[in-house]
Amino acid sequence: MKKIYLLEDAIFSPLGFSTEENLAAIKNGSSGLRFHKNNRFPTGGFFAGIIENELLNETFLKIGKPEKFTKLEQMMLLAVSRVLEKNPDLNLSKTALIISTTKGNVDLLTKSPFPKNRVYVSELGNVIKDFFGFQLEPIVISNACISGGLALAVAKRFIAAGKFDQAIVVGGDLVSEFVLSGFHSFQAISPEPCRPFSKNRKGISLGEAAAAVLLSSKKPIAPNVISIIGEASVNDANHISGPSRTGEGLYKSIQNALGEAQVSAKEIDYLSAHGTATAFNDEMEAVAFNRSGLENVPMNSFKGYYGHTLGASALLESILTKHSLLNNELYASLNFDEIGVSKPLNVIEDFEEKELQFAVKTASGFGGCNLALVFKKD
Amino acid sequence: MSNGNYKITDYVHIKDHRIFHGKDQVFKTEKSLGLDQFLKASYKKLEIAYPKFHKMDGLCKLGIIASEVLFKEHFISPDTALVFSNSASSLETDKKHQQAMGGMVSPSVFVYTLPNIVLGEISIKHKLQSENVFFIENQFNAELLKEYAEVLLEAKKTSAVVCGWIDLKNAKYDVFLCLISKEGEIPLSKENLKKLYIFENE
Repeated sequence: MKKIYLLEDAIFSPLGFSTEENLAAIKNGSSGLRFHKNNRFPTGGFFAGIIENELLNETFLKIGKPEKFTKLEQMMLLAVSRVLEKNPDLNLSKTALIISTTKGNVDLLTKSPFPKNRVYVSELGNVIKDFFGFQLEPIVISNACISGGLALAVAKRFIAAGKFDQAIVVGGDLVSEFVLSGFHSFQAISPEPCRPFSKNRKGISLGEAAAAVLLSSKKPIAPNVISIIGEASVNDANHISGPSRTGEGLYKSIQNALGEAQVSAKEIDYLSAHGTATAFNDEMEAVAFNRSGLENVPMNSFKGYYGHTLGASALLESILTKHSLLNNELYASLNFDEIGVSKPLNVIEDFEEKELQFAVKTASGFGGCNLALVFKKD
Repeated sequence: MSNGNYKITDYVHIKDHRIFHGKDQVFKTEKSLGLDQFLKASYKKLEIAYPKFHKMDGLCKLGIIASEVLFKEHFISPDTALVFSNSASSLETDKKHQQAMGGMVSPSVFVYTLPNIVLGEISIKHKLQSENVFFIENQFNAELLKEYAEVLLEAKKTSAVVCGWIDLKNAKYDVFLCLISKEGEIPLSKENLKKLYIFENE
């Protein structure tokens, strides 16, 4: 099978407007989660990772008029533009545009200065396509919290099959009142910054981010390159808003992805978990990882840095996984205290340098969806 | 892309108060019925007997009804992939949640504010532990569905695919799902998918 490589990438988040700034913040143990006032909550507010509008507008001025684009569009356009800037020779008539989001511009359902059709997720695709002049129709994926990782898998599958040679995958979501009120109705929002896999975890924190990466079948000229060598997505077929207790879908996703990669669990050097810090999710992941023989693999969740960035999260975390492998660095699972799941896990508590070659990234979401990706460094 | 010998094994349409299995109309109601009434009448007519149905939003009910018709005469392997698409995402339920935001928000509404929930509901009902994806497109995209179904089948990620379009916008619905496998007479092609999708709209 053709190898699919991860080339240039960009992250726009409260931790910074480039991948480099984001990695530096993570190495530093800085979190983007801050307290924001909101009357919906008995505590008077909530913790989330929110991008400052002014800073974003100012940054966006370099590529366009901020008043013409929604916040989410600005974030996603900036992420794509950063990747394109570094690849000025990219032929946009032959480059696929693959977009992941859960809620897109859903905040436009309230009064807004934008045309009504902008609320459609398909319109978000058109906006990004037209801004840069992509020629191929965008492929938009909205598959709950695995969207960003599934977009990578879809890109890899199409490139491997020869539909196109390269693709830009971009994901983004906002911390909207829409999503916040919904998770609050599930009583899922943590009153403090989230603590994935911890005994004292109290739920999720939300976050917003956009991330983009260029995928290609052409091997880049670099001392080390990262490729996706396996991927799979399997539905739990159990419950639409709660994960399977046996971690069935995630377990099968991991098995299928490792099978395709022809790599055994023993060879995996690092595991980037979903780790939302809800009671059920983290427990389910611990069960699935143990069933997969991954319990001793150094693992983390990035949610303590970013919160749950929904349709961006699995893409953002895959990009961070890529840099973990390239830099031979294991990043601490922020806010972890002591193990709070019924099965053993090797949670990374302190930053560590270690030779790494293979990594697994997983995600799970509403609707019972699960995803596993296997990355390799050559 | 591949030229595997895949077939459009069977298909179903739901539109304008009518349900078609292949070319045959299996159910029709008065046009005066609202969406909820039409869905309820279809549920009764098809003898679905699945109490969870009544908790679902419109998009999921359409998906359950369509899959019921489509799966009736076939053995559906648990690894059958679901590849769905639409243009409105979950907008009908999004509006409902949005309206509730001033007061009490319901988790049982919020959970349906994602288009892929219909994939989960069908997976639960028919015990499919399989590949799922939900694409959002401006309009029915035969090329994307055909090519992605082929990619999954060729990569041996699945033995069959249910793919199609399931859109619900301002109480107007347009559902076209088809089963893709090695069985059947109609070759899987962009043209055939397109032709079958629009035959109802002549």
